[in-house]
Amino acid sequence: MTINQKDIEKIAHLARINISEEESATLEVKLNSIISMIDKMQEVNTDNVEPMSHALEVTQPLREDKVTESDIRSDALKIAPEVVDSIFIVPQVIE
Amino acid sequence: MDWDIVIGIETHVQLRTNSKQFSGASTAYGSEPNSQACLVSLAYPGVLPVLNKEAVNCAIRFGLATDAEIASRSIFARKNYFYPDLPKGYQISQFELPIVNHGKLSISINGKEKEVRILRAHLEEDAGKSLHGIVQGKTGIDLNRAGTPLLEIVTEPDMSSADEAVTYAKKLHELVQWIGICDGNMQEGSFRCDVNVSVKKKGDTKLGTRREIKNLNSFRFIKQAIDYEVNWQIERLEDGEKIDQATILFNPETGETRAMRSKEEANDYRYFPDPDLLPLEVTANMIDKIKLSMPELPASVAERFEKNLGLSSYDASELTANREVTNYFNNVLQFECSPKITANWILGVIFSQLKEKDISISLCPISPAQLAKLIQRIEDQTISNNAAKKVFDALWQKPNTEIDLLIDELGLRQISDSGAIDQLVEEVINANINMVNEFKSGKEKAFNALVGQVMKASKGKANPTQVSEILKKKLTI
Amino acid sequence: MINLSLKSLNQGLVKKKFSSLELTQFFLNRVEKHNSDINAFISIDAEKSLTQAKHADALIQSGQNSLLTGIPVAQKDIFCSAGWRTTCGSLMLDNFISPYDATVIQKFNEVGAVNLGKTNMDEFAMGSSNETSYYGSVKNPWDLSLVPGGSSGGSAAAIAARLAPAATGTDTGGSIRQPASLCGFTGLKPTYGLVSRFGMIAFASSLDQAGPMAPSAEDCAALLNVMAGYDEKDSTSINHEKEDYLANLDEPIKGLRIGVPKEFFEKGLDGSVQKVIEAALMSYKKMGAELVDISLPNTHLAIPVYYVIAPAEASSNLSRYDGVRYGYRAKEYDDLMEMYFKTRQEGFGEEVKRRILIGTYVLSAGYYDAYYLKAQKIRKLISDDFKKAFEKCDVIMGPSAPSVAFKANEKKSDPLAMYLQDIYTISTNLAGLPGMSIPAGMIENLPVGLQLIGNYFKESQMLNIAHAFQKETDWHTRMPDGVS
Repeated sequence: MTINQKDIEKIAHLARINISEEESATLEVKLNSIISMIDKMQEVNTDNVEPMSHALEVTQPLREDKVTESDIRSDALKIAPEVVDSIFIVPQVIE
Repeated sequence: MDWDIVIGIETHVQLRTNSKQFSGASTAYGSEPNSQACLVSLAYPGVLPVLNKEAVNCAIRFGLATDAEIASRSIFARKNYFYPDLPKGYQISQFELPIVNHGKLSISINGKEKEVRILRAHLEEDAGKSLHGIVQGKTGIDLNRAGTPLLEIVTEPDMSSADEAVTYAKKLHELVQWIGICDGNMQEGSFRCDVNVSVKKKGDTKLGTRREIKNLNSFRFIKQAIDYEVNWQIERLEDGEKIDQATILFNPETGETRAMRSKEEANDYRYFPDPDLLPLEVTANMIDKIKLSMPELPASVAERFEKNLGLSSYDASELTANREVTNYFNNVLQFECSPKITANWILGVIFSQLKEKDISISLCPISPAQLAKLIQRIEDQTISNNAAKKVFDALWQKPNTEIDLLIDELGLRQISDSGAIDQLVEEVINANINMVNEFKSGKEKAFNALVGQVMKASKGKANPTQVSEILKKKLTI
Repeated sequence: MINLSLKSLNQGLVKKKFSSLELTQFFLNRVEKHNSDINAFISIDAEKSLTQAKHADALIQSGQNSLLTGIPVAQKDIFCSAGWRTTCGSLMLDNFISPYDATVIQKFNEVGAVNLGKTNMDEFAMGSSNETSYYGSVKNPWDLSLVPGGSSGGSAAAIAARLAPAATGTDTGGSIRQPASLCGFTGLKPTYGLVSRFGMIAFASSLDQAGPMAPSAEDCAALLNVMAGYDEKDSTSINHEKEDYLANLDEPIKGLRIGVPKEFFEKGLDGSVQKVIEAALMSYKKMGAELVDISLPNTHLAIPVYYVIAPAEASSNLSRYDGVRYGYRAKEYDDLMEMYFKTRQEGFGEEVKRRILIGTYVLSAGYYDAYYLKAQKIRKLISDDFKKAFEKCDVIMGPSAPSVAFKANEKKSDPLAMYLQDIYTISTNLAGLPGMSIPAGMIENLPVGLQLIGNYFKESQMLNIAHAFQKETDWHTRMPDGVS
């Protein structure tokens, strides 16, 4: 498969990354070289192969339902880009 | 033209846990902004999720309560999208393999039972809250709610009217509280519905295009939103226009729905299994343990009330609509009161008081023991039914007063001394010879008038049954 | 002091030949002297380090010490450390002061080790040459015109130049082993789940694993003793019985079956590197080991599979860097969308953005099955190859990297050439197996690493096998000129 400018625009939008026009051209070349490299996978027959998400066959541990975390607000707010009255501030969200 | 309405509902139920789905932060409602935003809630670099055992138990309880399949292996996935109140940039949810599949919930529509199929119920986490108006033209983010455990319950499109949808939502709301997995507080957002609505020409087999009304947190809004939406869709189709799939919002102030602006782009959530979480295993052993702690379900309790206590099906279902009501009822019955009289008192006098004061039965100032005593005083004929209502009103004002003292204080003790009643009857007969004659000439009504006179003479305290018995005896001699 | 083993440093501390304060100051001075050339550290905080050293001295004084008490350890800047700036090599986290300790950091603190500073790395651990760091590239102490490898390049250069006696790294596709090979020391990537990932900034969650970096296998064993262990804060951490990795170092290795995968010696491998590896294998044979021919037939698919799975996971893991709660936020924007777009455009470097885009692409609607699901299936095939191989051998050996250290900028603009650096290391991450690189020889004064791949949780045996080699050779004690 190959990626074109429109695909790049779409995935850049999904990933919320701004890409300038001059970047976009070189990006197309580089992404396509990566895509053609990973396309080597398509040569392999994987019928009846179970997909592997984890290295070892283990199951999810469960945590007791206890409150263990304390209020770290003062540290958290100190390093936040914009805060008013202990609330993080961002440009207006339009629903 | 006639139209079929097709409705499916997705409900987000906040689970009643102490801590969050994937961290040990508190889930308490109404705390200072961001005071419950722990490292995980803030999605700090390097933090990892660990699943809350109680949330899993809640999902299993729900599965058992809806006769569903509980998956022995289910998978958590990431649903990727950017939103300022979604700190990780993805929501952990279950996608391909949810924990609960294929359940059902029966609802009663105009006295007829209808089964709503539950397609699935899956565990996920809530987002934070976006706050508007803190700073003019900006949005504030409070992450206290971020990570609160949710069970999303998805029905098949089995409902065909706003009333059915509301009935289902109410029934589900009752059930999740009954089995103790949700506090049911809709104002605080503990129970929120997304409603999918489509219409099709009557009899068509192909479903119409659906629009999803997001985030309805009251039954009234569900009804209003569906009614508005159905009309809108039908009008559009009748005008020859087509419906586009959309996510829409309901505005309670105008009663209208509108498409969300932010969701215009086609969403591509890029679901994939969350590599930070392993497959969730639910063993038969876990399920068995939970079975032991499950309360009897409302449908079964109602059936028992009908069969064993002789209650009407309406009364039985009303008394099992809410576990607190059922407990209250059962507690009164422990004092060996008549089930029917008890049911009438709870569903009548108590409910109207609770409704007027807008409180739940758990806050009812009159305890089950006191109500039982009051009912006993009716049953042993110490007071009449009417007098009992006066006692009840007085009791509501002074909740801890001893019932018998109150009866005396109010002078409501019924006269059941047959000698005293005999004398009163005698006096009334002598003073109302005309009425006596009318009765004797066949006017049945005159009898009731005479009873009324006796009651009046007793200032309402005479036992009316005894009065009519004695009167009848004297008049038919 | 500059070329002493951790055991010897411990002896020096216990026998009061020097204090932790002196030792720490000694290495801080070395960092001060050499870091401007090598750029191995992003953050140094002498006051913090020396405070820890004083505390360690008190522990030693009271006899409550263990082997690493008072020993300075350089920490890769991927581990969150309370009160320290933790950048992950990115502008995105340039101003991020961590309020908490990663489990790995906490474990070092618990035994009284000293945090010597935070080492440079490829941005978000994405790179094999340490040229993608926002804080500039790291130089290879053996030749400053060469790269040290990556992504744990800062830790690698710090060990090679003896700016620290020990360091930590993380390895998602080779990021401990390849720099260990290029800089000439011992590095171990443990079995997936042996070391907690809590507090270690995620690149590709299902592949990331932290491990020790130090001159010798014995040093690595001492470090692993501290780092390994179940952590209830990491769901993927494995509840494996606690081991003492120093205990079996001197076991005999006679009769050891070494699997030699033919796929590791095909085209792409530098001829002189091959000779060094073959010589090392012959040394093992002389020590009584048996060489067994094995095959890992899907090796050529490891890179394609990795470049689907790792970017996919990364694209999601890096979504949290949105300028809302911490870290970089663009200076100018008109609305929320623009804030996101510019924050992420400016805050991330080129390679990181490239991988986020690839990852977003392979997960997006219509491509998931062809890429992500396919990759997960081939991942299973690769893992099965190892399972079969371990029926015939106890350990697998081959090169750690296809060449010695290469010139700075040589592969920087060619991602595919760069990706090939990890051709021999990536498949162990995909399978979750432990892998190790040990110095095996030199080519024109540049180190060459021998890779050991063990079965699950066979770290103890691997360290034993490595130690046996290091008792016979001195490659691991060699230092670049100009270090002293």
